[in-house]
Amino acid sequence: MSTQPPSSGTTGKGRWVGQPLRRREESRLVRGHGLFVDDYKLAGMVHLQFVRSPYAHARITHVDTSAAAASPGVLCVLTGEQVAARVNPFIEIGPGCDGKIVDLPMAVGKVRYQGEPVVAIVAETAADAADAADLVEVDYEPLEPVIDGEAAATSKSLLHEPLGSNVNWHSQFEYGEVDAAFRDAAYVVHIPRLHFHRFSSTPLETNVVIATWNLKEDTIHFLSTNSFPAFAVQFLSPALGVRIDQLHMESWDIGGGFGIKITSYPQMAVCALASKQLGGRPVKWVETRTEHMLASAHGNERTFLDTRVALDKNGVITAIDSRHIDDCGAYPRYEPLGCIIWAQVLPACYRFRNFRVDFSQVVTNKCPVGPNRGYSRMQHLWFIERCLDICGHELGIPTDEMRLRNYIRPDEFPYTTPNGCVYDSGNYPKMLELAKRLVNWDEWKKNQQIARAEGRWLGIGIGTTLDSGTNNFGQARIVNAHAPYSGQSKAAIVKLDIYGEVVVFMGSVPQGQGHETVAAQVVAEVLNIPPEMIAVKPGFDSLQNVYTGHTGTYASQFAVTGLSAIHGAAEKLRAELERLAAFALKAERAQLEFGAGKMGPEVRVRGTEKSINYWALANLVNVNNAELPQSMEDITLNCRYLYKAPFTVPDVEKKYGNLTLTYASQLHIAVIEVDRETFQPKILAYAAVDDCGTQINPRIVAGQMHGATAHGIGAAIMETCEYSPEGNMLTATFSDYTPITAVNMPELLCGDIESPSPFSYNGAKGMGEGGAAPVHTVCAALQDALFSTGVLIRDSFHTGDRIFEAVRRAESGADRGVRVERRG
Amino acid sequence: MSAANKRVRIRLTINGASRELEIEPRRLLVELLREDLDLTGTHIGCDTTYCGACTVLLNGRNVKSCTVFAVQADGGEITTVEGLEKDGKLDAVQEAFAECHGLQCGYCTPGFLMSTRALLSRVAHPTDAQIRKGIAGNTCRCTGYQNIFKAVRAAAGGAGK
Ligand code: FES
Ligand code: FES
Repeated sequence: MSTQPPSSGTTGKGRWVGQPLRRREESRLVRGHGLFVDDYKLAGMVHLQFVRSPYAHARITHVDTSAAAASPGVLCVLTGEQVAARVNPFIEIGPGCDGKIVDLPMAVGKVRYQGEPVVAIVAETAADAADAADLVEVDYEPLEPVIDGEAAATSKSLLHEPLGSNVNWHSQFEYGEVDAAFRDAAYVVHIPRLHFHRFSSTPLETNVVIATWNLKEDTIHFLSTNSFPAFAVQFLSPALGVRIDQLHMESWDIGGGFGIKITSYPQMAVCALASKQLGGRPVKWVETRTEHMLASAHGNERTFLDTRVALDKNGVITAIDSRHIDDCGAYPRYEPLGCIIWAQVLPACYRFRNFRVDFSQVVTNKCPVGPNRGYSRMQHLWFIERCLDICGHELGIPTDEMRLRNYIRPDEFPYTTPNGCVYDSGNYPKMLELAKRLVNWDEWKKNQQIARAEGRWLGIGIGTTLDSGTNNFGQARIVNAHAPYSGQSKAAIVKLDIYGEVVVFMGSVPQGQGHETVAAQVVAEVLNIPPEMIAVKPGFDSLQNVYTGHTGTYASQFAVTGLSAIHGAAEKLRAELERLAAFALKAERAQLEFGAGKMGPEVRVRGTEKSINYWALANLVNVNNAELPQSMEDITLNCRYLYKAPFTVPDVEKKYGNLTLTYASQLHIAVIEVDRETFQPKILAYAAVDDCGTQINPRIVAGQMHGATAHGIGAAIMETCEYSPEGNMLTATFSDYTPITAVNMPELLCGDIESPSPFSYNGAKGMGEGGAAPVHTVCAALQDALFSTGVLIRDSFHTGDRIFEAVRRAESGADRGVRVERRG
Repeated sequence: MSAANKRVRIRLTINGASRELEIEPRRLLVELLREDLDLTGTHIGCDTTYCGACTVLLNGRNVKSCTVFAVQADGGEITTVEGLEKDGKLDAVQEAFAECHGLQCGYCTPGFLMSTRALLSRVAHPTDAQIRKGIAGNTCRCTGYQNIFKAVRAAAGGAGK
């Protein structure tokens, strides 16, 4: 298949592309007619409930399920051991983990995190299953929990004994002349410890599965919320001992995902086994919110140790040297991919060329992580932002000036980073200027002077971040040279059905991103007909949709990969229609034009009355087809196009290569006051500027940006997956986790610029993850507010009580956690 | 247990139609709507009365149907999202949410629509503070609330955009 974008590409704005069209999805969703997995009731369907571990780390000494099995309505009970006897452990992506980490759908022998499933009960009704679950007795012998990621590496208590330690992955990354840069530095800033906390985007719909093992055909049908089925099947098929083509994956509406629903395959496997045991009855499992908080997936926690930053006399960063420990929870699952994915944005938005990091990932007795929105890049971007922001404050350089001195310059794009990634386009100074204007920077600077004179803590912070999109799966080989992945692709079909309907089949698995609407816009542009005349199949169905091994919605890419495939397929269909019309109308192809007439979509001869509509064109191929010349026999009106992103496999030894295709950027400014009585941070103004290249539907782009901003603000000041030293999750309900609500969410001052990507046919960049801009921004504003108190912002999470502690610590004269070495 | 599970008979008016049902006393209103009546527009997003995805109107007031036993609603009048549209015409709140892109995945949307409907029945032209308070019991994980603010203002007849 061609890797070239189709030639007659529609760049920039068009009649439909680039317009803020109302989404077609709204029409069913505002009526309550969405079709979510929990809404399905299949004939003979039964209900599964898990009994979960109350301990973070314990040996299972005894399981008694007899009372549960005898409880009314109960159909079958499965213990971890019974499940283990029927499956193979899930594959591990990590190189050294094979056989050393045994990841099964349920706990066997011991539990490794609070909430790990121990027993599964299937009953006629959900209430019967819940009643029976109460009757299961499990005895545990507690083991020493490993909760702190930093201590995990040296802990004697091991999660997976055969691994020999709790270190799951470790490697060095080094680029440029690090030692020379430190030798020549005017300043070296030492930051012993920075910490990025655990949180999760917690989609409002939890994970849901309905599995049906059809014993006659030996196929397994999954209706599920899984948002990356092409990935899930690679885990499910070997585990269940079936071929991938025996798995039928389906979804319709999905109630948000944000990456958290990628790793739901263990529960899918248990439901499938239960269905098989029950002769093929559909088995439904609906995760409760508490189960979701305890045991679905969290974002990665990361600690940055012994950081040294080299700067020249102007405050320009020349090198960073550091040690990073990523904490992936009890089982790696999608990991250790996060150990390389951060490298997509290695220098963040800055020009430094010398970089060294010792990167390791550890397992701990906490919920396994999953690729949460901004996955692995946001932790790293936050780290670089903190380094830059702290250095600026320590050296007394104004915060905006510090950024301008360090930004990659607009004329340097496409910019090759020290590790070979190519930033496609951007203009960070222009974004800064716009954000300052939106937030009213000069006014707030004056207010800040007044506030400070009154002894108030008011800070203004800037956060600059990247949303790298369209990932090259070849980077998986840097964490495991044998990983059988590379590149990136998407496929789509645009077809003309027998009565002239234009129908689009995509491979994406949307969860609210409006793919149906945008797909119709793109096809409408190619065929020059209104989007309402185009049907787009919602949801995903592996028997019907068209897909590749990379199919799914993740890694900010639909606007590039998904639309390239759809556009390519629409162009192919257009070419077929043109050939048919030229024949039918006895005209030259060059004389034809596309549009909508009285009889629906049509092709006409320019400047004449002669036209033929789509129904008649379809008829020529499908019904009345004896007249069609032989030269047109290849025409099927069913056009599939496979878009393959232009990647090569990175150099595994040097850890060098282009890891992503596009780089959307976000620049936020927050004004925050910390109340001197309550220490609560209050956002007084918030500006958010976005650049995702050419926007295909500005309404959807704005919505994505709002959502990502709310996740970031929530993460910075409200949301944390907190564990006690014993491994009890302290925020295991929404009431404790407190997802941000309308009461806490400021009204945003939004703006955008468009730096078209030279690497996508339409100039668009993938977007939607947002790079956790608010986490960087809120931290920068708090730093600005509290710098005079001696507080150094070293953590990503800030509630009133955390700020109180930090101020107290600073007042008691404790080590500030930073040291500046001035040379010469 | 068996005494507690003994079924009871209740009568409700749901979206204008009167219904008589026999249910377990522990049946939640949201379960009754979703499981017994197939009104799956009302959703469940949490287990601690936080998210409001389950919001319906009970005798004109917005309630979280996950926190109401069905028997408590006996004799009551219930409106769910499915009952908002009248004679093929969307309610002003539905129209406003669709027009302002006040939803993405749509999972929270029925709850927001019901809370907004209740708010606007109480206060025809709410202030921004009243709007925030009116939807304080509803969580949306997709929209960041920006377009929901706009939608509520638009539904109230103000400038939504
Ligand atoms: S389901 Fe969350 S409040 Fe009712
Ligand atoms: S639209 Fe997805 S939770 Fe609100």
